[in-house]
Amino acid sequence: MEHFVEATLTVNGNPVRRRIAARVHLIDFLREELGLTGSHLGCEHGVCGACTVRVNGQIVRGCLMLAVQADGCTVETIEGLSDSKELGSLQKAFHEHNALQCGFCTPGMLMAAQDLLNSSSKGSKITREKIRTHISGNYCRCTGYQAIVDAIEEVINGKG
Amino acid sequence: MAKAELPLHAPGTQIDKGYIGQSVPRPNAQRLLQGRGAFTDDLRFPRLAHAAFFRSPYAHARIKKLDFSKALTAEGVIGVFDGRAVAEYCTPWVAVLAHLKGIKSPEQHAIAIERACWQGEPVAAVVAESRTQAEDACALVEAEWEELPVVVDMEESLKGKTVIHPEFQDNICFKREHDTGGVDEAFGSADLVVEDTFHFGRHTGVCLEGRAILADYNAGEHSLTVYHATQAPHMMQDIFSRHLNIPEANVRVIAKDIGGAFGIKVHVYPDEMATAALSVMLRRPVKFVADRLESFLSDIHAREHRVKVKLGVKKTGDIVAFELDDLTAIGPYSVYPRTSGIEGNQVVNLTGGPYKHQKYRAKMHVVFTNKNVTCQYRAVGHPIAVALTEGIVDLAAQKLGMDPAEFRRKNLIPDDAYPYTFPSGIKFEQLSHHKALDLLLKVMDYRALREEQSRLRKQSVYRGIGLAAMIEVTNPSPAFYGVGGARISAQDGATLRLEPTGMLTVLCSVTEQGQGTEAVFAQIAASAVGVSLEKVKVITGDTGVTPYGGGTWASRGAGIGGEAVLQAGRALRNNILEVAAKVLNADRAELDILNNEVVNKLTLESKVPLGELGRIAYFRPDTLPIDFQSELTVTRHYTPRQYGFTFTNGIQASYVEVDTDTGFVKLLKHWCVEDSGTVINPMLVDEQIRGGIVQGIGAALYEECLYSPEGQLLNGNMADYLVPMSGEMPDIVCAHIETPTKQSQLGAKGVGEAGTAGAPGAVMNAVNDALAPFGARVTAMPFTPERVLQALKKV
Repeated sequence: MEHFVEATLTVNGNPVRRRIAARVHLIDFLREELGLTGSHLGCEHGVCGACTVRVNGQIVRGCLMLAVQADGCTVETIEGLSDSKELGSLQKAFHEHNALQCGFCTPGMLMAAQDLLNSSSKGSKITREKIRTHISGNYCRCTGYQAIVDAIEEVINGKG
Repeated sequence: MAKAELPLHAPGTQIDKGYIGQSVPRPNAQRLLQGRGAFTDDLRFPRLAHAAFFRSPYAHARIKKLDFSKALTAEGVIGVFDGRAVAEYCTPWVAVLAHLKGIKSPEQHAIAIERACWQGEPVAAVVAESRTQAEDACALVEAEWEELPVVVDMEESLKGKTVIHPEFQDNICFKREHDTGGVDEAFGSADLVVEDTFHFGRHTGVCLEGRAILADYNAGEHSLTVYHATQAPHMMQDIFSRHLNIPEANVRVIAKDIGGAFGIKVHVYPDEMATAALSVMLRRPVKFVADRLESFLSDIHAREHRVKVKLGVKKTGDIVAFELDDLTAIGPYSVYPRTSGIEGNQVVNLTGGPYKHQKYRAKMHVVFTNKNVTCQYRAVGHPIAVALTEGIVDLAAQKLGMDPAEFRRKNLIPDDAYPYTFPSGIKFEQLSHHKALDLLLKVMDYRALREEQSRLRKQSVYRGIGLAAMIEVTNPSPAFYGVGGARISAQDGATLRLEPTGMLTVLCSVTEQGQGTEAVFAQIAASAVGVSLEKVKVITGDTGVTPYGGGTWASRGAGIGGEAVLQAGRALRNNILEVAAKVLNADRAELDILNNEVVNKLTLESKVPLGELGRIAYFRPDTLPIDFQSELTVTRHYTPRQYGFTFTNGIQASYVEVDTDTGFVKLLKHWCVEDSGTVINPMLVDEQIRGGIVQGIGAALYEECLYSPEGQLLNGNMADYLVPMSGEMPDIVCAHIETPTKQSQLGAKGVGEAGTAGAPGAVMNAVNDALAPFGARVTAMPFTPERVLQALKKV
């Protein structure tokens, strides 16, 4: 028999209480149970980064974490960080640089980029190499990455 | 002729191109940036059922028995079906085309009947209330198998000791020979003949979004609506209609957001056809999304060629002849409806393509194997033709002691030689190889780079510079598929409608997978009609609303669909001015449209805003003359016809450093000069090229589907199958020559595949240039550290 666990978490600022099958990973829970389809399923084995979301301020792979492990946690997704405008600068730069094509990797890519932005001290310059390394866990088949690096560099180094 | 009717490239005329040529951001990217896209798996439907497939664990085996009894009683299961059950609703197909003479392939069913021919072929379908339940029940399907002899090696397949399909005498799907005559004499006259064998690994598209389909059959009206991650909605409409026996007009295919396609999503897949059939069988919506593991097993693979190539050259460096022997393996079936004969055919057509030799002989065999099927994937055949051409050209230059750039300059077809017929029979309208070479050497500062290379060599730093000139098939005419009997449209259509508020709605049959189709159509439509860009709304990917057309493949969207948009825009502009003349009681010839207003052509004085014109035309036509009817919706179509293909040209350069102790190749920089005719949006064009180059780099350095001797895919996951990630990728410099095609008024040629076509050859030549001091050479892609060390005889 399927094992269920009751969990309470905060998702994009809203309290959520559900009985969750123990084997459901976080990203399936967010997409299927909460309808937050902005985060995508790319590989389901932790390589591609498409399902990157934020849990308690840290970016995680939504496919490598069980939903019940988020009990008591604060979860933020692309929907929440778009509405709060936290991603606004990066979204604008991504748009202007065409740092996305199909857009499937983009929510995860933005999560990773914002993480670098948040962890960088103000005024310090970050090299393209550092940016490339930081987003190396996020697979993009369309762009060749250069425009993504350009966009992140512009926001972080304040060229915009 | 008014200026708005002249070709954009009309000589000696200053044409106002409007937004054409401007790097405007894509309006439709905004929703994707906020996670508000509508990918197929994001859609929610009442009574949606989920399909999962029980797939063959063997590369070749007879299905002795399938037992669904346990699966059928599992929680949430709606039904479990074998091949025969699905075949009652979905007829099988045979993927052959008449113009590929002699091509053969067996009948293929949506779900295998009696026999599975590759590991991963669907053998049963399970439908349940959730995907999880469907997968759980799949694990309860019990099968008894009788293993059959497996053919995995293409040389073995060609020998034909074991024949895969009992209805055939051999394993040859297709073969082609081409001979201009005089080849032996030409080789006899050569001062130097160089030969080499190149191997191209089998790889696959790895779209981040797996293949996805949601089929919704409505028994009440015998209609089928399919939400499908497809590049060719009208082609799929025709196929669903014919194979499921539903009238064409009752089938609607909707392609919403698509998470990467690259040719992967332009083919007919058994599991997707089965999903559509299941929806009909169960009379409810059914969804299937390929997960990553089954994507590796069932998305088309591509390449896997072994090519022997020979080149004859004079001491002066003049190439006199090319000879080619290509062998490629495609899995057990030719893929429907485009066939799997095209890639090899392209290799024959394109090899040696940039050069002016006249003698050429080629033979090519396409053989069956018990691996996953292969078919057209981004740049189809070009990466192979370019790499082996440029690889053998570099070898000849090296043996003659000539600089590779100079060797190319000597042999590239002169820029004033067009129109030109290449010895393989293909025709070039106008190419610009020499201009492109000159520009490339300038932007990369070739001479300085060579100096740096030679300076570093003395410090035991081994860097290499690789060049790859190329030609590319774009904007295909009906000669590509239609003449062979495929029901694949070579024409595309655009409908433009002026809305009452003065906004413009564009509906086009070309689809969007992120390359910027909708953005460039908006630019063209806004420019052609005379409205500002934010007034334009573009709708694509819905057979229920757009004109009929081919969709997106073979670098055709901007060139063909864009021309249809331009033609429709110009016609609509005329129609708007007809209305304006009546509204204003003015002479039509004195009026023009500029920035959302009808203006006096000479004084540019505003006469009437389009919003006001729309109000009158739609809501107060009673105020217009009684014999006048406004026509503010216009449809135009376009088919390229003068040439079989609108060839483009380009040249790439790669700069690498090889670590001779570890075999690792570090990509330092990459350059591309491309002539894709009229550039509509430079930013998007460069993005297409860069993304394509990185995909080509993947083929050159990382990607290969590895099979065991038993036909088991050994690395079918993203941890073991390596794709290019940002950390290893270089910055890429793009530059352009613009030689518009005169076949269309827009003048745009295709660009989507150019990067992928040229990059593997450029990287290969760069690696070999770096290895040259050691007398070492690599010719088997991908160039893994192991292969580099083998070439260096270190392992």
